[in-house]
Amino acid sequence: MKIKKILAVVLSLCMIFALAACSSSIEDEEASTEEAGASTSSEGTIKIGGIGPLTGDVAQYGVAVKLGAELAVAEINAAGGINGYQIEFKMEDDVGDAEKAVTAYGSLKDWGMQMVMGTVTSTPCISVASEAAADNMLLLTPSGSAVECLEAGDTLFRMCFSDPNQGIGAADFIADNDLATTVAIIYNSSDTYSTGIMEKFTEEAAEVGLEIVATEAFTNDSATDFSAQLTNIKETGADLLFLPIYYTPASLIISQATAMGYEPTYFGSDGMDGILGMENIDVDLIDGVMYLTPFIESSTDDATVNFVESFTAAYPDQTAYMNQFAADAYDAIYALKAAAESCSITPDMDASTVGDLMKVAMTEITIDGVTGTGITWGEDGEPNKTPRVAKIENGEIVAA
Amino acid sequence: MKKNTLTSSQKGLRPATKKNFVTYAMVIAFFVIFQTLSSTGNLKNTYRSLLVPICTSVIMAVSLNLVVGVLGELSLGHAGFMCVGAYAGSFFSVLMQDVITVTWIRFTLSFVVAAIAAAIAGILIGIPVLRLKGDYLAIVTLAFGEIIKSVVNVIYIGKDSSGLHIAMSSTGLNLDSDGVIILKGPQGITGTPKNSTFVIGFILVMITLIIANNLIDSRTGRAIMSIRDNRIAAESIGINVTRYKLMVFTIAAALAGCAGVLYSHNIAALTANTNNFGYNMSILVLVYVVLGGLGNIRGSVIAAAILYSLPELLRGLSDYRMLIYSIILIIMMIVNNGTFFVQLREKLSFKLKNKSKSSSDTGKEGV
Repeated sequence: MKIKKILAVVLSLCMIFALAACSSSIEDEEASTEEAGASTSSEGTIKIGGIGPLTGDVAQYGVAVKLGAELAVAEINAAGGINGYQIEFKMEDDVGDAEKAVTAYGSLKDWGMQMVMGTVTSTPCISVASEAAADNMLLLTPSGSAVECLEAGDTLFRMCFSDPNQGIGAADFIADNDLATTVAIIYNSSDTYSTGIMEKFTEEAAEVGLEIVATEAFTNDSATDFSAQLTNIKETGADLLFLPIYYTPASLIISQATAMGYEPTYFGSDGMDGILGMENIDVDLIDGVMYLTPFIESSTDDATVNFVESFTAAYPDQTAYMNQFAADAYDAIYALKAAAESCSITPDMDASTVGDLMKVAMTEITIDGVTGTGITWGEDGEPNKTPRVAKIENGEIVAA
Repeated sequence: MKKNTLTSSQKGLRPATKKNFVTYAMVIAFFVIFQTLSSTGNLKNTYRSLLVPICTSVIMAVSLNLVVGVLGELSLGHAGFMCVGAYAGSFFSVLMQDVITVTWIRFTLSFVVAAIAAAIAGILIGIPVLRLKGDYLAIVTLAFGEIIKSVVNVIYIGKDSSGLHIAMSSTGLNLDSDGVIILKGPQGITGTPKNSTFVIGFILVMITLIIANNLIDSRTGRAIMSIRDNRIAAESIGINVTRYKLMVFTIAAALAGCAGVLYSHNIAALTANTNNFGYNMSILVLVYVVLGGLGNIRGSVIAAAILYSLPELLRGLSDYRMLIYSIILIIMMIVNNGTFFVQLREKLSFKLKNKSKSSSDTGKEGV
C-alpha cells in the first residue's frame, strides 16, 4: 500500500515537472523571441493587451476573441505593422470574473501594454473599465455589451452593439419589415444581457407601434422547461416570439413550442448566433428563425469573404470559433490600428499618452470591417453601424 | 489567586496566546513588507491587485473555520453571507455617496451595515437550520446560499425624491423622473466607490483574527468545542447547544459580510453569479479551511493567501495554469492527510524536537 502511494506521488510529481518543462520551454522560446524583439526594440513593438475568459464557463467566447485578434495582428504585422512598428498582442485569462479581470489587467500593465482590447464579457469589462479610465488607458471592448462598460471615462470604446441598441435595432427591424403586429417575449431574468435587451425592446416597441402581448421570464436554474411560459404566450396568439437569450435555451423553447402546436416567427438577439451549429439540432425546426448578428459567414462582401478565407487557412481545426466574437475582435484590432496610425503612436509612448491621443483618433476614423461598413465612433464610445439580421433558411444562414 | 496569575505571567505567555501572537506577527510582517513595496512602487501591478482579494479570502476562510473547524458543522453556504454583506455594503455606499462625503466614515458605516445585515441573515437561517445535523445541515446551507443569490438577482431598488422603491422588475419601481435605480436585478450594483485598500483589508484581517482567536480561547470557545466533540455530553452538563451554535453561526456570518464589503468595494461592478457568491465560492472557501487544517486559524490564513494567489502567480504557465493548480491542490491534500506523510511528518518533528533538546542540553553543559 505504502509503495503504491509513494509511486502515485512520484508519478504525479513527474507529470508536473514534465508539464512545467514543456511550458517553460515554451516560455523560453517566448523569452528568446522577446529578447529578439528587444534587440530590435530600438524600433520596438506596439503592445496591445487582451483580456477575456480562456478557461471556465464562458471560455468559448474568450478563445474566439483570442483567435480573431491574433489573426488580425498576424495580418497587420505581415503587411508592415502600424507605421512600421510591429504589434505584439498578449491575451490574459479572466475566467469571466470581475476580480480576476483586474488582476489580469495588472499583469498586462507589468508587461508594458499600451492599449487594451477587452474584456470579452460585460461584468469583468465594467470593473476593468474603471481601472483603465483611472489610468487613462485606451480600452476597446470587442463584445462587452452592457451600457455601464463605457460609463467610467472617455478612453473607453466598444466594437459591438450595446444591449439597449440591440433591443432598439430588433424592434425597428421587426416594425420596418412588418414581421408582426403582436409580439411576445421570453427572456432570462437572471442574465444582464437578456434583461438589458428586453427593457429597451419593450420601450422601442411602444414607439414603433408593436404590441407586446406577453413578457415571460425564466432563470438560469429553470432553463429546461418552458411549458408554463409557452402556454401563456400561446393563449395570446402572438405572431412573433422575441428571444433575447442565448441559443441553448432558445432551441429548447422552439422545440417545446412546436411540440405544443404553436409556431410563431422567432426573432433573437446575437446570443442566438450558433444555434445552427448545435449538435443534433433539427434544421426543419429552426427554419425561418431570424436574429441580429454582426457577422454572417455566408455574406458576400469583400471583408467577410476575406476574413472567412484567412480564418479557415490560419485555424483549420478551429473553424467552430469563427463567429461574431472572432469577427468583433478582428475588427477591433483593425480599428486600433487605424486609430494608432492616424495619431502616430510609437512604442516608446506610455499608456496615458497613448490614451490621450487615441481617444481623439478613435472618434475620427471610419472602418470598413467584417461586422459592418463605414463604422464610426461617437465620443461616448459607442459604434455607429447598421445592425445586420441573419435568417436560417434550409439549414443555411443567410442575410435577411 | 492573584499571586498565581502573577507567577504564570512572569513565567511567560500561555502557549495558546503565544501561538496567537505568532499568527498576528506573521500577518503584520506580511502587511509591512507588501505595504512598503507597494508604496515605494516596487510591487508589480499583478501582485498589487492581489492584495485586497487575499484579505477577502483570508477573512472568509477564518470565519468559515469557526463554523466548520471549531463548531464542527459543515456549512456550504458561506458565500451567501458574503453576498448579503456585499450587497448591503454596496447599496449603502451608493445610496449615501452624496449624503456622507467623508469617505472613511461612509466606508466604516457600510461595514457596520453589512455586518448587521449578514448577522441577521445568519440568525434567520441559523434558527431553523442549526436544529439539523451533519449532511442535512450541509444541504440546507447549500440551498440557502443559492436562495440568497437568486433573491438578489430579482430585486430592483431605486430611489427618487419620495424615497426608496423596491420591486421585482425595473418597470414596477414607478420612479419619478429624477429617480435612479441602485440595485438592478441581475445587473447588480454598479458604481460602488473603490474604497477598499490593503490597509483596510489588513485591519479587517487583524480584527477577524482577534475575534476568532479570543472566541476559541474563551470559556464560550471551550463550550463550543465541547459541543463539537460530544454533543450529548455537552448537553448533559448544561451547555445550551442551540445558543452556542447560533452564536458561532452569527459571528461567522457577520465576518463574511465584512469580507463581502471589502470585495464589492474593490470592483466596480457587483453581480451575483455562481463563481463569486454561489456554491463554487462556498466550496472554494471550504477548500481553504480544510487544507489549512480544521480548527487551525493560522492554517486558514496561510492556505487562503497561498491558494488565492496561486492561479495568478501561475499565469506564466499560460494554458497549463488551471491544470497545474488542480494538481497542486491534490498533492497538498495528499501531503496534508495521507497516512504516509503524516507519519513522516511526525517522525521528522520528533527528531527535530530531540535534536533541539539534546543541542540545548549540550549547550548548557558547554556553559
